[in-house]
Amino acid sequence: MLLRHTPTEIKERSALTVNPAKTCQPIGAMYAALGVHGCLPHSHGSQGCYAYHRSALTRHFKEPVVAATSAFTEGASVFGGQANLVQAIDNIFTVYNPEVIAVHTTCLSETIGDDVPQIVAKAKADGKVPEGKYVFHANTPSYVGSHVTGFANMTKAMVEYFAEANGLKSKTINLIPGYVEPADMAEIRRLATVMGITTIMFPDTAKVLNGPLTGKYKMFPEGGVTINELQKCGSSAGTVALGRIASMPAARALDAKCKVPCQILDLPIGLTATDAFVDTLRQTAGVSVPDAINLERGQLVDTISDWHQYLYGKRVAIVGDPDQVLALTRFLVGLDMRPVHIITGSPSGKKYEKSLRDAVARVPDAVNIRVPGDMLLFHQWLKNNPVDLIIGNTYAKYIAKDEDIPLVRYGFPIYDRMGHSYFSTMGYRGALRLMEKILDAILDRKDRDADDITMELVM
Amino acid sequence: MAKATSKLATESIKLENHDPEKIKARLLAKYPPKVARKRAKQIVVNKVDRDGKVPVISSNVRTVPGLIGQRGCCYAGCKGVVLGPTRDIINITHGPIGCGYYSWLTRRNQTDPDKAANGQASDGHNFMTYCFSTDMQDEEIIFGGEKKLKQAIQEAYDNFKPKAIAVFSTCPVGLIGDDVHAVCREMKAKLGINVFGFSCEGYKGVSQSAGHHIANNGIFTHVVGLDDTITAGKYRINLLGEYNIGGDAFEIERLFERCGITLVSSYSGNSSIDAFANSHTADLNLIMCHRSINYVAEMMETKYGVPWIKVNFIGAAATAKSLRKIAQYFDEEELTAQVEAVIADELPAVTAACEEIRPRTVGKRAMLFVGGSRAHHYQELFGELGIKTLSAGYEFGHRDDYEGRRVLPDIKVDADSRNIEELEIQPDPERFHPRIDEAKRKTLEAEGLGFSDYEGMMPEMPDGSMVIDDLSQYETDELIRIFKPDLFCAGIKEKYAVQKHGIPLKQLHSYDYGGPYAGFKGAINFYKEIDRMVNSRVWEYMQAPWEASPELSATYAWE
Repeated sequence: MLLRHTPTEIKERSALTVNPAKTCQPIGAMYAALGVHGCLPHSHGSQGCYAYHRSALTRHFKEPVVAATSAFTEGASVFGGQANLVQAIDNIFTVYNPEVIAVHTTCLSETIGDDVPQIVAKAKADGKVPEGKYVFHANTPSYVGSHVTGFANMTKAMVEYFAEANGLKSKTINLIPGYVEPADMAEIRRLATVMGITTIMFPDTAKVLNGPLTGKYKMFPEGGVTINELQKCGSSAGTVALGRIASMPAARALDAKCKVPCQILDLPIGLTATDAFVDTLRQTAGVSVPDAINLERGQLVDTISDWHQYLYGKRVAIVGDPDQVLALTRFLVGLDMRPVHIITGSPSGKKYEKSLRDAVARVPDAVNIRVPGDMLLFHQWLKNNPVDLIIGNTYAKYIAKDEDIPLVRYGFPIYDRMGHSYFSTMGYRGALRLMEKILDAILDRKDRDADDITMELVM
Repeated sequence: MAKATSKLATESIKLENHDPEKIKARLLAKYPPKVARKRAKQIVVNKVDRDGKVPVISSNVRTVPGLIGQRGCCYAGCKGVVLGPTRDIINITHGPIGCGYYSWLTRRNQTDPDKAANGQASDGHNFMTYCFSTDMQDEEIIFGGEKKLKQAIQEAYDNFKPKAIAVFSTCPVGLIGDDVHAVCREMKAKLGINVFGFSCEGYKGVSQSAGHHIANNGIFTHVVGLDDTITAGKYRINLLGEYNIGGDAFEIERLFERCGITLVSSYSGNSSIDAFANSHTADLNLIMCHRSINYVAEMMETKYGVPWIKVNFIGAAATAKSLRKIAQYFDEEELTAQVEAVIADELPAVTAACEEIRPRTVGKRAMLFVGGSRAHHYQELFGELGIKTLSAGYEFGHRDDYEGRRVLPDIKVDADSRNIEELEIQPDPERFHPRIDEAKRKTLEAEGLGFSDYEGMMPEMPDGSMVIDDLSQYETDELIRIFKPDLFCAGIKEKYAVQKHGIPLKQLHSYDYGGPYAGFKGAINFYKEIDRMVNSRVWEYMQAPWEASPELSATYAWE
């Protein structure tokens, strides 16, 4: 047994988190910053922070994840990190020459109260920021929120630092894709492009964290939203933000700063969420939905009808990040599956929790929901009330193996399988892929458990 | 058997007709002057004197902010490296969630909870698959986290009933002034189990290395010596600085078992706290990773009289040599004969594998930038495959790891190191007893068995090779552009950037999820893996056919 000490009896804990279903803000900020073209994320903390974040992101994407650090020592922690950050900015532009540096704070620099804008101003005054180059920042204290909060804060900082309203509204639509895979960002943009819509998407990690192997290493790859696009997003006709937790702060900030109206939607996971996304794009941009998209939608509906019998009534346990968990729960309920244990590790608020409860209102089973919860509690629920399927990140495989329950890997991090950064689970096509993964897990288990008499060739 | 890298190599390697001093200048040229001056002392062209002396290399010094390197923090060295592999302690990270999360199962320390070491009954405890954290929130940053920590320890006890709980401090804990040690003392008294804390805040020291030292101090203070039982078995040893990545310790344990050597405790691969408590009863300490664990060995010798020798089980020749050193120390015919029999039995398979693979690897060129001992140890295995090491360096080594312990008296203790406590250890009034007398020690030394000694990496590297401490991303890219090595060894953060250049990178922290590479069977695994990597077809696919010959000269198929 891998998790041999997990007690079946649930005792409420108020102080000890065991097997967390979240991590800290800075890694989300680093991921978001990698979605800006020519950007070097910079961790204003001790070097352990950036080492851990780079390692975790690298394990997930199997791609270079380059970032820098202020490398705090005990002295810097006592006297403040100004000298370290100014020196870092100088060295980064001199040695690595990025277009822009995205500084995020850590629990260390937040606790001592470093004022990043003041330090950056000093670096500029000292001539350490070359002409035409940028430094921007987000406050991402690790003791508030989660990695998703960090992503949201860094995305919001892109707006606060760069977005400008030039007084003229363009026809462009801003897309804020949320804390999703590079493949998802590409798919979200593709849907809009197929509809004939010009978009600015930020952040955009496509082609950054799923780049090619050519024998030529580029520290700053092709992808990412440009500073010029970020500046122009303040003049767009509207913003469609996907995922309330990860994307709403940036969308709202853009509305407040540049009067770009925003719509906040669920992540487009599954049929109805994608319908909402496409319909919102249609209305916001004033376009009609092309046949190509109707075809994709029809194929998804067709597939749901073809395979419904294997999905119907299946009990599912879901653990993951809040925006994904909510959209996924709605999708599964829409397939007549029964999400019965649902946990997100990220603190996401009462309103979020209510949305989640509403989403499972018509599930006939008793449903456990904990926001925020950890994976020990998740495991305990499973021990007390088993399920047919677990959906969660790689850490869930220890539970899946111990309890002998099929697992679909979904979310962040996925350290042990390929595909997530290349094949989207968003949009109609993404929903097909997600269904394929769910059905493969369920049907592989059915085949495994079938005896010689009841084994089925055709399903 | 192919000969390993020769000791005290005097033969200089030609850096492929490059002048190493010019390369050094090229690496430094882009840096701002202050940075260049600092890095100049950390980039050294190797030269081994007749008596084994090598140039001074600046190391264990602060990383330059913004330069992008490989290092992690003090917490990572303490909780992640040294205490991480011990299965039966509940390790609670006191801090925001990240630190505990990132060190959760990511270091591949294997453990076998159902087979207790040393013939003792196993209690089956294994908490290594769990991550425990106080998940500190802003209210604790403002009002202090001691209350939450206390409650967390209580909840860990209530839910899991462990034998021991350890607490690891992250950056904000030191800044807000939580007294984790007082909390641990209080909870130890309350719960009646061992509870102890580590002040291993990430900002301490200049790398993971500070955390190793703090971990060593903590185990020595709170655990070693708690159990004086002398367990059964002859030739009782501890293996220090072996973390059982990918099962390395299992392979070494297998060899010990075959030789009749009794492993009392392991620091800390496949380890249990009970074995630490008892480890001072062993008769010899073997050190694998000198950097991370030499402190425990030194303290154990001072307090209990257990001598230590440096060993290396990476490489077949090195493994045989290390086993012979143990036999030499115990100096009993029975053991010597058994060690020779085991070597004679194990070596043919290794030699056969090496002979089969070597024609495909000989002449290849490697670079190793990793850890605090692996960049040295793995040169053995590469030597066996006929692979040259062009350049190497440590991520967090000190001068003694590069130049040998002979330089210890010359090392200047700077402010960052002074902040790491040096424990004052005295001989234990009752339990100190030297395992061998002075005369015997002298005799063994005369026969070439070096006690309390590590000769370092540089004396074993050829003249002209480049030794670089705390390598930066920029230097990595430049070295690759200049030399186009056949293989680069580093860690996960470096892996894919190097591979985008079209050069395979072997991870020597995680072994790319393979291994074991230690001992005889491990050597065979490593030969096969390196053969796979340097001869993989994938590196031929990087250029599309239309990029190789872009001219439009196609003809229609029916022409």
